[in-house]
Amino acid sequence: MKKMNKKIYMAAGYNTISMGTGRKEFNPKKERPGLEHYISEAGKGTLAQVGGAQNIDESVIGNFMASRFNKQGHLAGFIPMIDEGLRFKPSIRVEAACASGGMALITGIKSVLAGADAVMALGVEVQNTMKAIYVADVLAGAGWFQKRKDGHAYFFPGQFSDRAGAYFEKYGREKTRKGLSRWYRNSIENARLCPTAQEFHNTTPDPETTCYKMEPNGKSFLDNLNVLDCSKVSDGASAIAILSEEGLAKCGIAKKEAVEVIGFATSERDITKNPTDPTVMETIKDAAHKALTNAGITINDLATIETHDCFTIAGILAVEALGFAKPGEGADFVFEGNTARTGKIPMNTTGGLVGWGHPTGGTGVHQAVTIWEQLTGKTGAAQIEIPAGKPYGMTINMGGDDVSVVAIVYRKN
Amino acid sequence: MTYDQRLQNVSVLGAAGKMGSGILLLTAVEMTDLSLKPENKGKLFILNAVDISQEMLTGLMKYVRAQTLKIAEKKMVWLRNVYADRKDLIENGEIINEYINDVIGIIRPTTNIEAAYHSNLIFEAASENQELKRKLFSQIDENSLYKPWFFTNTSSIPIKVLNNEANLRGRILGFHFYNPPAVQKLVELITITENSCEMIDFAEDFAKSLKKIVVPSNDYAGFIGNGHFMRDALHGISEVGSLMKKFSFVESVYMVNKVTQDFLVRPMGIFQLIDYVGIDVVRFIMNVMNPYYNHEDLHSDLLDKLFEMNVKGGQNADGSQKDGFLKYEKNKPVAIFDPEKNKYFAIAEVTERCDAALGAMPASFAPWKSVNFSKNKDAVLMAYFSELNGMNTLGSNLAKKYNTRSNEIGQQLVSNGVAHNDDDVNKVMLTGFFHAYGPINNFLK
Repeated sequence: MKKMNKKIYMAAGYNTISMGTGRKEFNPKKERPGLEHYISEAGKGTLAQVGGAQNIDESVIGNFMASRFNKQGHLAGFIPMIDEGLRFKPSIRVEAACASGGMALITGIKSVLAGADAVMALGVEVQNTMKAIYVADVLAGAGWFQKRKDGHAYFFPGQFSDRAGAYFEKYGREKTRKGLSRWYRNSIENARLCPTAQEFHNTTPDPETTCYKMEPNGKSFLDNLNVLDCSKVSDGASAIAILSEEGLAKCGIAKKEAVEVIGFATSERDITKNPTDPTVMETIKDAAHKALTNAGITINDLATIETHDCFTIAGILAVEALGFAKPGEGADFVFEGNTARTGKIPMNTTGGLVGWGHPTGGTGVHQAVTIWEQLTGKTGAAQIEIPAGKPYGMTINMGGDDVSVVAIVYRKN
Repeated sequence: MTYDQRLQNVSVLGAAGKMGSGILLLTAVEMTDLSLKPENKGKLFILNAVDISQEMLTGLMKYVRAQTLKIAEKKMVWLRNVYADRKDLIENGEIINEYINDVIGIIRPTTNIEAAYHSNLIFEAASENQELKRKLFSQIDENSLYKPWFFTNTSSIPIKVLNNEANLRGRILGFHFYNPPAVQKLVELITITENSCEMIDFAEDFAKSLKKIVVPSNDYAGFIGNGHFMRDALHGISEVGSLMKKFSFVESVYMVNKVTQDFLVRPMGIFQLIDYVGIDVVRFIMNVMNPYYNHEDLHSDLLDKLFEMNVKGGQNADGSQKDGFLKYEKNKPVAIFDPEKNKYFAIAEVTERCDAALGAMPASFAPWKSVNFSKNKDAVLMAYFSELNGMNTLGSNLAKKYNTRSNEIGQQLVSNGVAHNDDDVNKVMLTGFFHAYGPINNFLK
């Protein structure tokens, strides 16, 4: 990517609760709010912070599989439902599996680069319309359907269990399971500090030991991961405004209330091919590297990262792909506490996908909202310290098995 | 005949009933799983669901379909392997549907008993009527070429009596599921000396395959489960009689029910349990058992009276509780029947006076649900009963007396040779009745 032709900001973020098992309010037997509710809540949440719908020029809605979860296509049409003021304005729906939210952000950024001043990016997914065993069928659409037949009953968990298995074999099972369990603990401890997180109500006394002691069982679930290693089925939406300098002024948002987007990249791998090496997230590596290069900083400048830990092993592989640890040492890096909220590089400070939740099409936007909150001091109990010399944050949003990746670098103003 | 061959043609008698439907479901799933083994490909598996009611058989098929869906969802990892060679079945949902079709496909709902003439194995879950059972067994055995094995679900009739009356020469044993069979883990296995080893081995293998816990019981009317339950219920009824010197019938039933549920930390009070099983069924089982026990009278005038007044309890077709001793709203007791006045009286009207009379619950009380699933259940119960033991209130004294009687009933089951040991008695009450602790305990010593 060439240098951006103008400055891009994000502000006015909003997350709904990530609803699903673990939340006290969640009752699978009772009727629950649908897609409309989540789109509306998140959209209104952002509009309230930008001075109303009249200040928004365009909207982008990211969603993965409402067509199957909710039997609903044509999501762009729900944008004017949020507020009458969005009627007859451009609205576009984008899809890149679990990177749909990230792709909504990129589409919004490109719109601003192309001349718009204020774009609302919204990501949403409502998945608890079916049991997990059928959710697995729907999410398998993020892989190549030709491979579904030979895949696991829980298709994606199966893919990442295979990655974990390859990592175990290459670098040692024991230390890796310790790293995975530490990742789980960090996720839960961080989620407990964030009232919208799915694991906010989690009271397990010792999540790390609990996860470690739960031996994976391939007969009933997966060979190499247990249920705690997996993000849950979530309903939720997030929204954020993407703004030019003029957009900030129009919306009455002070610069210090916004973050600046200083670099971004998307990268794509051939969905019909297996990863070159199951222990390496090559697309994450590629996208992260490009985004950081565009931003003109290195990983050492980052104060915090939101990375796509749909499974604990994905967290560890991302640590290596980003370059914080050498191949095979990511598990140790995590186990030693370096990614904890007080560690060398705090990751997923409100719980990430395992702890906060993973409403698939909403996740990319949720990550941006979290970085915006951290860099502007709005994270409440989950706020971490942003060192003066490291005013940067980063999001890594992944679709499929390291197929579509969106990486964005942000700077505190 | 191998295990698989034995299960190629099976009949369930009374298949649409409360117990029969569960037995049919579990057997259908077991048979389907066998039919899906590569070595059984192309072999015919047939399960006759025999019942007298066409209407109930229709309901049965709906039940089996709904339950098989749940079962399939839980074993998806296995099912994907089983159907791995079916290229047309790709998604979990497609495989689950196919599995349901396969299970339904082996079931032949019928009102014709003749279907059972071709079976190697007959599960009998007809009503608890000795003459009916004898007739069914004789008719099938006389017309069958296969010398079938009869597994009866009787909960009270001695197996040797059925064996002799139907002239089965040892081809019958008691395979007693608990209600509901699809959920309760317990199977009481009652064998007689004439049974072949092959038959007993098969019964044990079948139970194991269904993931049931087998408790062997000797062949005495009522076996272990009803041996305890009937006497325990009679104790409750007799306590009502004693309390009625000072309290009304409704108040007395309320108090005994509360003592048995709360003070004794059981899943439900004794009168709710009688309603759950059915007043008619309890009365019937007592009538079956009574002639076999010369030194005690297993009979209740009160149950006779309620039965005659058509107050029977039991469950509706949708599984909800019918009114009996107690009247239920959303399966929760709200009123108590007074046979003298022939009407129900709201529980709310008697709670204040009765609770005051019973006295406070021990401070360490926790309801059955939290105790039963607690990790340190034994310690919790020990502390609770030790506190209860130190109290001297009407409620605590009734509870202590009840526990002592329950203990005595359990020990008698062992000393009379019904159960092999204390542990078997406790296991039946823990797994078949969901008690948090066995009747043979040291809590009050």
